[in-house]
Amino acid sequence: MPDVVQDGTRLVETFRAERITKVYETGGLRVEALRGVDLTLYEGELVVLLGPSGSGKSTLLNILGGLDLPTSGRLFFKNLELTACSPHNLTMYRRDHVGFVFQFYNLIPSLTARENISLVTEIAEDPMSAEEALEMVGLEHRLDHFPSQLSGGEQQRVAIARAIAKRPNVLLCDEPTGALDSNTGVVVLQALERANRELGTTTALITHNAGIKDMSERVIRFADGQIISVDENPEKKAPEELTW
Amino acid sequence: MIRVDALNRKLLRDLWRIKGQAIAISMVMACGIALMISSFGTVTTLEESMNAFYDRTRFADVFATLKRAPDSLKKDIERIPGVSIIETRIVAAVNLDLPNMTEPATGQLLSLPERGAPLLNDVIILSGRYPSSQRPNEVAVTDAFANAHDLTVGDSFKAIINGNKRSLEIVGLGMTPEYIYALGPGSLMPDDKRFGVMWMGRKALAAAFDLDGAFNSLTISLQLGASEYEVIRRLDVLLEPYGGVGSYARKDQLSNFFLVNEITQLRTSGAVFPPVFLLVSAFLMNVVVSRIIATEREQIGLLKAFGYNDLEVGWVYLKLVLILVFIGLGMGIALGIWMGGGMITMYTTYYKFPLLNLGIDTGVFTSAAIISLIAGMLGGLGAVRQAARLSPAVAMAPPVPTSYKAGALSRFFAPLTISQPTRMIFRHVTRFPVRAGLTIIGVAFSVALMVMSLFFLDSIERVIAVYFFQAERQTLTLSFVEPRPALVEQEIQHLPGVIKTQPVRSVSVRLRNGHLSDRKAIQGIVSGADLARLLDTDQKVIEPPLGGLALSKHIANDLNLKVGDLVTVEVLQERRPVEQLPVVRLVEEYLGFQAYMHIDSLNRLMKEGPTVTGIHVMVDSRYADDLYATLKDTPGVAGIAQQTATLAGFRETMDNTMNVMIGFYVALASLIAFGVAYNAARIALSERSRALASLRVLGFTREEVTYILLGELGILTLASLPVGCLLGYSMALAMSPMLTTDLYNFPFVIEPSTYGWSIIVVCVSATICGLITRQRVFGLELVSALKTRE
Repeated sequence: MPDVVQDGTRLVETFRAERITKVYETGGLRVEALRGVDLTLYEGELVVLLGPSGSGKSTLLNILGGLDLPTSGRLFFKNLELTACSPHNLTMYRRDHVGFVFQFYNLIPSLTARENISLVTEIAEDPMSAEEALEMVGLEHRLDHFPSQLSGGEQQRVAIARAIAKRPNVLLCDEPTGALDSNTGVVVLQALERANRELGTTTALITHNAGIKDMSERVIRFADGQIISVDENPEKKAPEELTW
Repeated sequence: MIRVDALNRKLLRDLWRIKGQAIAISMVMACGIALMISSFGTVTTLEESMNAFYDRTRFADVFATLKRAPDSLKKDIERIPGVSIIETRIVAAVNLDLPNMTEPATGQLLSLPERGAPLLNDVIILSGRYPSSQRPNEVAVTDAFANAHDLTVGDSFKAIINGNKRSLEIVGLGMTPEYIYALGPGSLMPDDKRFGVMWMGRKALAAAFDLDGAFNSLTISLQLGASEYEVIRRLDVLLEPYGGVGSYARKDQLSNFFLVNEITQLRTSGAVFPPVFLLVSAFLMNVVVSRIIATEREQIGLLKAFGYNDLEVGWVYLKLVLILVFIGLGMGIALGIWMGGGMITMYTTYYKFPLLNLGIDTGVFTSAAIISLIAGMLGGLGAVRQAARLSPAVAMAPPVPTSYKAGALSRFFAPLTISQPTRMIFRHVTRFPVRAGLTIIGVAFSVALMVMSLFFLDSIERVIAVYFFQAERQTLTLSFVEPRPALVEQEIQHLPGVIKTQPVRSVSVRLRNGHLSDRKAIQGIVSGADLARLLDTDQKVIEPPLGGLALSKHIANDLNLKVGDLVTVEVLQERRPVEQLPVVRLVEEYLGFQAYMHIDSLNRLMKEGPTVTGIHVMVDSRYADDLYATLKDTPGVAGIAQQTATLAGFRETMDNTMNVMIGFYVALASLIAFGVAYNAARIALSERSRALASLRVLGFTREEVTYILLGELGILTLASLPVGCLLGYSMALAMSPMLTTDLYNFPFVIEPSTYGWSIIVVCVSATICGLITRQRVFGLELVSALKTRE
């Protein structure tokens, strides 16, 4: 694996995308969602993906998460070429390595917080316990509550706990604070930051909210299906210091 | 106008989107409507055809059989108040020797008046003419009999008339109201090959049977408002000295009894089954429309925000309900007319009379329309009201996640490790208990429908097993014109092919208990009988009682008798003794209900020496043809009832009628199971596609996700099986006495295989629907499901 040395630290590659394109054709309409994206993400880093709607960031996130395959180009997760995987292998990849957090939480309403997490830990190789995971997001007192009994912020933290409980290599978050007010959003970001720091999980976070970029190590900007800039952020801030 | 068009377009697109479910609902509804229309249409047609034929042929109201009375007695009978027309005649049983049959057949020979058509029970001549009263070799026969033997006007066949073999020429083919359902003596099903009805001139017939200036049969029509009971009572008094064996009303006339009974049963089934289908379709309608409205909350809010009022919004969804109802109604009417036509065709095979074309009252159509509308409204209206009442602000806001509770079940299973997917299945089932319950009941109905229709077969198989293989084991039974000395058995034993014989003495009696009475036959049976045997209520062979009667359970019920009670026995023939006898045993009989006693006791009761009226014979099949040839020429033999032919006829009829009906009900049951299961699966998929997609994203395989969705369907189907079996059991139990007539007893028997087949059919149906749904789960769009708000 080609490692990169930066600022004296050996960086290990988690993802390497080579000239990725994604074209959707629906009803005779051809939409180029990604037009040749090259990108490398490193182990343990937290990156923020910024860009207007339709700029291709969600498409990239879905491809990184093994939900979708690019139209052309190659994508590697460590030594595994995701672009060469069968649907079944992609499922196994998601199961073993990826944690997802979504804008609308996507908790299973019929399962309690603890059970929503067990859903994932039951099929994972080396998971933490549901209690540990909920403790990491500060919800150890809400173990046996159903989603309908939790606030939006709490639901999102359960979703984060569910995503990190399997100790994933990567955590992919698509607008995790999009449906939350700023105070609640901070609590959710704290949970994400803690997971990233303590578990060393490579974290990619999509947001419309430019203020969030300050908690990242790198900011990747999208426009029109392409990466237009990648900026280092030497002064990483804690979530509670963010303003938006 | 444009506004309406846009909404209608939306309606049609909604309908197209749910086309699978829409078809399922409409089909189930169509089945109910079709059953209703075909049953009632057939009932109406049968009734109208019957009444028209009875009117046209002047079918009699009262019938009487006697030994011999002088024509002069007619004057006395005329004096009975209420009597309108009297027709005296001669009726005789004859043995037939038909060119294309080795075994003998029996015929019923009826006299025609010397001049003109019969006053009552006219024979409708279809081709040829009435036989001449002067020519003793001319007969008219029923066209059914002629067809069965490829005979036509001008052909001849041989008959043994009162001991003399005569050649008879067919001069006419006819139809009669008396033998619409033509049952031969001792047979269980009409068999046009072995039993024929024929007419001969009165003079010729009287000469053959020494009945010049006398008659032995009588039919009467009554004046309007006359008391049938009173006429019969007085008639019996008048006929007693002439060997009258008791007169009876039209309702007890065998052919009419079967026809009317059939109509009644058809009317019952026409009223019992359709509601099941309509209720199931109402339930499906409710589930589907509710779901559409749930997914379109925001659209409804939007419409209201635009200024549509409650009524206009409700109307959009009500139209959806109405379209489904009208599709179901339309299909049901078409299917019903087709099925009704098929049923009429089937009836023409067994009931020989001019059947009108299937005529369905406009009233039936109207009620079908009203009933299907009610079913649709029952199912749809609640959901539509929900839509109409939704406040726009609420509708536009995202719904809160469905709240769940950890039920008693979760706490109970807490110590066990249950996988979360399994937990999801149980939580979802218990979260919507009404819907789960109704789904279970819906599928259970299809199991029950299967159990109930297969119960007919089980019941009939039991009848066959007991009647033909345990009770009546003889190859054939010879009956004599007159009682014979018991020694005749020895003559029969010497006939070719006879392996074993058993004498029987049959006596017509009226059994009376207080005001209850019934005309029956007492069968005298020998001790150690090995052919025709007496079975108790547990089907164990028992000896005929010496000092009293063994009574069929059915008769005992009718006459309100139990073991130990005394019953008055009024013998209706010979010296007509009247005696009180105790009921000493009850016997279980499935076909033809009678009373039994030891043949010696019966002969003593009759104050006669050893006498028989018939002989049961077991025949070596290798010599059967020789025996038949001998019997055809044997005088004094009034009838030969062949058990094997009876059984074959019985089976054939069952194959033709029952199997068609059962096949039909199996199809209906599968349809209900499929409709209910398919809807349940589709609704579950629509409600949970987002949760399922989330699971896929979390790394669950397609199979694991399918398990969650179909696990629920599986649980509901499994739960419905015992419910359905129980429901089927109860329905069959309720149906069994409703099917029992004075001739047949439908025993309540359900074989394990019936439950097995019912379960298999329903499970196969549910599995097919599971496989279809599985394809849908496999096609789940992962990315879009995550992006959307519930």
